[in-house]
Amino acid sequence: MTDTTILVGSATCGRAAAAENTAKAFGERGLPVRHVGCLGFCYLEPLIEVRKDGYPAVLYNHVDAARAAAITDATEKGALADGAFAVRGERGRWLNAEKTPILEELDVWKHQTRRVMSNCGVIDPERIEDYLAAGGYTGFRRALFLDPERVVDEVDKAGLRGRGGAGFPTGKKWVLARNSPADERYAICNADEGDPGAFMNRALLESDPHRVLEGLMISAYAIGARRAFVFVRAEKPLAAERMEQAAQAAAANGLLGDNIAGTNYSLSVEVVRSAGAFVCGEETALIAAMEGRRGFPMPRPPYPAEKGLWGKPTNINNVETLAHVALILQNGAAWFAQVGSAKSKGTKVFCLSGRAAQTGAYEIPLGTPARDLVFTLGGGIAGGKAFRAVQTGGPSGGCLSESELDLPLDYETLQGAGSIMGSGGVIVFDEQACPVDTAKFFLSFNKAESCGKCVPCREGTYRLYELLDKFSTGTAAPSDFDKIERLGQLMKDASLCGLGQGAPNPALSLIRKFRADFEKHMKDKVCAANVCRMKP
Amino acid sequence: MVKVTIDGFALDVPDGTTVLEAAKRIGVRIPTLCAYEGLAIHGGCRLCIVEVEGTRNLPAACALPVREGMNVKTHSPRVLDARRDILQLILASHPADCKTCDKHGRCELQTLSYEFGIRDFGYPMRDKRHYLDDSSPAIWRDLDKCILCGRCVRACRDWQSVGVYDFANRGTQLTVTPAFLKNMIDTSCVACGQCTIVCPTGALSEAESVTKVRELLASGKRVVAQVAPSIRVSLGELFGQPPGTLVTGKIVTALRRIGFADVFDTNLGADVTIVEEASELVASVKTGRTHLASSCCPAWINFIEEYYPDLLSYLSSCKSPQSILGALAKSYYAQKLGLKPSEVAVVSVMPCTAKKWEAQRGELAVDGVPDVDAILTTRELARLIREEGIDFNALPDSDFDSPLGISSGAGAIFGTTGGVTEAALRTAYEFATGKTLGKVEFEQVRGFANLKEATVDFDGVPVKIAVTHTLGAARSLLESLRQGKHEYQFVEVMACPGGCVGGGGQPIPPREHRVETIRKRAQALYDLDRSLLLRKSHENPAVKQLYAEFLTQPLSPAAHKYLHTTYTARRGDGR
Repeated sequence: MTDTTILVGSATCGRAAAAENTAKAFGERGLPVRHVGCLGFCYLEPLIEVRKDGYPAVLYNHVDAARAAAITDATEKGALADGAFAVRGERGRWLNAEKTPILEELDVWKHQTRRVMSNCGVIDPERIEDYLAAGGYTGFRRALFLDPERVVDEVDKAGLRGRGGAGFPTGKKWVLARNSPADERYAICNADEGDPGAFMNRALLESDPHRVLEGLMISAYAIGARRAFVFVRAEKPLAAERMEQAAQAAAANGLLGDNIAGTNYSLSVEVVRSAGAFVCGEETALIAAMEGRRGFPMPRPPYPAEKGLWGKPTNINNVETLAHVALILQNGAAWFAQVGSAKSKGTKVFCLSGRAAQTGAYEIPLGTPARDLVFTLGGGIAGGKAFRAVQTGGPSGGCLSESELDLPLDYETLQGAGSIMGSGGVIVFDEQACPVDTAKFFLSFNKAESCGKCVPCREGTYRLYELLDKFSTGTAAPSDFDKIERLGQLMKDASLCGLGQGAPNPALSLIRKFRADFEKHMKDKVCAANVCRMKP
Repeated sequence: MVKVTIDGFALDVPDGTTVLEAAKRIGVRIPTLCAYEGLAIHGGCRLCIVEVEGTRNLPAACALPVREGMNVKTHSPRVLDARRDILQLILASHPADCKTCDKHGRCELQTLSYEFGIRDFGYPMRDKRHYLDDSSPAIWRDLDKCILCGRCVRACRDWQSVGVYDFANRGTQLTVTPAFLKNMIDTSCVACGQCTIVCPTGALSEAESVTKVRELLASGKRVVAQVAPSIRVSLGELFGQPPGTLVTGKIVTALRRIGFADVFDTNLGADVTIVEEASELVASVKTGRTHLASSCCPAWINFIEEYYPDLLSYLSSCKSPQSILGALAKSYYAQKLGLKPSEVAVVSVMPCTAKKWEAQRGELAVDGVPDVDAILTTRELARLIREEGIDFNALPDSDFDSPLGISSGAGAIFGTTGGVTEAALRTAYEFATGKTLGKVEFEQVRGFANLKEATVDFDGVPVKIAVTHTLGAARSLLESLRQGKHEYQFVEVMACPGGCVGGGGQPIPPREHRVETIRKRAQALYDLDRSLLLRKSHENPAVKQLYAEFLTQPLSPAAHKYLHTTYTARRGDGR
């Protein structure tokens, strides 16, 4: 079958679902296989796409070796195998296609605005030609012939805010680094994503590394850096490899190196593997780790923009932020700001996990109501259970209850609801989840990941967990509510870095919204969800 | 200048001043634990948090530079509550065994707890279950008591460039430890003891030797004590005297009352060292040997053996003064008494933890008998004096015993940086030129600069000298010597800041007055030197008698047997 190619989703998510066996099965049937990244549909992996000349592309989910055989047989006959997930655009000449939905008509697709993810699962991340063919590096080329100030302006005008957590305006951050006097500056891509339930950075790095690289190159040019770094979590080896490969390919194509495109601008990009502590995503700890020191955060000021890597002004942007930067320079600030809310422009990738029916990474305009994400894109709760809460912002964030589901997902609204945007991880809890246990889960993460440098975080996470444990064993006293509140406030006020300042949030938020459950644990020694084991 | 308001007081401070420093200027004391004068900012304990107008959270004053128009409250109710909570968090994971702690009464955490009126910890006690690392003959670590302030980490790394300690693990598992959780004996620790000076709690202390001394005193041997130059200007601090108070006579009386048969003066050992070392220097100048390095400081010896084994030939072969005095007490003096060397025991009172390490060196023995049997730090001697019920301040003065009790001013200034050099020059000049030195003070080598250089004219022959203190500075010097950037005839290195007056076994100075305290001790030694008629080591009649009766002459075979030693490259693991 020379008219057919199989695209296999071979990012880590696909591989975890044994996509390599799937690819092998197609290979054994003589079909050419191309490895692409991830479309973002975790719940469908292994996911493949059949491209047959003269036919619209078709997606198949949960494809194992047996299904690969059936798909090959059907495709040869110009028919869809049973259980095809969707066709792209139209059903075309496919036989047996009547019941197969059209991708663009599916809720999980049509409610997305796929910008940074537009190439994900479509192009071969290991071929720069694919990225170039999709319009890649036109943003960097455009930037190269603009004054750096103009580049900063463009990003500033777009209203792009950091996608890594705090939502600081990217353009403003660049101005700070650019205006710090120095003989040398550095640009860093922060790819140390580590929140439980956040995997959008990994998806981008594995599926479309060049777009992130292009954004990094633009940021370096804008602040006047001649060396740039990608700081990747070592536990994401495929992401690191693909970034390394992308940097080599860019250099081989004259996009990195000395006097790029005949200009007097020179830039190199190096990939650095982090040793794997959650706190190393914090900028000052990241710098310490890169310098070969222990990944301890440092008090700010001085900010990295003034004194960063090796004491030089350093700009650090998150992976997704940089992917947006590439698109802003390709398409302009006005295009970027077409979607989003008043203060939160553009789109954001949200990673839906937990008890959602359709887990995955979905790119939607900022300001989209949380309900749309959970119920329309996520398909509601798995197994038809009742909704309980969603956690946004990971272990530094808070939860939204049923009554808050219509709130728009933007930086300010989430903060107002006692949570944060964070990196965009959204974890869904159903009726079987216990709020006390959930609070303990997040605190146990923070307790384990606290670097231990400052007292409020090191001791506070430990003591907060200890207090929560009293609820889950039925040994809490009414005064423990006040103790948690006071300790939580201390951690927010006095911790050295964002990890400690955000660490009490999940507990405080869950208590505020599910106080009755906590009280039931305390007074009646009953865990309604039957998760906690009470002391007799 | 920047205009700031602190607790309602407006003041102008230079740009770059921290809020902590600015507050100090108007008499506002903000409590701290991890901050320490002369060490880099850490920002971990968070006790110095303050309220800043327009800032949501409570930043740490130690790490917060002033900003124009900044309005700071250092003791608002919100701040005080937070501080008390932080203190409780620290205390609840710190053993409440103050009554058996080495730092009882001098512990910064205990003091803060008292000042804040803490009556309960607020949380159940968290048991840390570490063990006591008493593997090192010099420094003991009781990690249960460690509050993770990192002062030892920074002192060892930044002052000494040794970096034995660092943080390991995360969260409540965080530990200050040598690499790979090794015991101290298995590390490249040089035993200087500066970590015991900066430690706010009882986590780090000298290896205890009082027990050993008591055993010696009860052993039936003739137990001799000797006292290092710098002890006489620092011990008084532990009995309420201001730094630099000279208490020589009281020390001698106290040691006698404790039961020592003889009390000798290490300063005499220093004088002998000088006669030998100056002779070496004179010979070096003649032969063109360069970089003859002082060898009195045991932490320095450990350092060069560990890190610069290729430069061991620089070292003078002279033993340290206390080792020399010990060797002489067990030979020259023992002979006079008709005793065998093994029938005499020597206890040295030293400002130093590394001396405990030195005392164990196999090289420092004559015919298998170690020169010295036990070392007490200044701090340990004070404890022994109290335990013996001696009212130190009320003691009458008495003199050191002969024949090893007379010393010169040159011996006295051994206790401060530059002192060995100055003492050596007073003797070497006269040995080399045959002339009498007019002015015996060498101001160029005095003071606390990291590197002091001088060129002294030996009758037309220029003798270049470098003097340095702290091992960080020593490392810089050695690196430049290794690269051949400089050529000196004499190099003096003291491991501790300020020399022995800032030694790791000295009374722990109040941390806000550390440098001032060390300076006062040093000044007292120079004052002592100036007050003496005898200011040159080779003019010491006891030294002359010693050579006439026992050693014949400097660098003689007898001198080599008792006064000189050898060095070996350390294996890199500290042993």
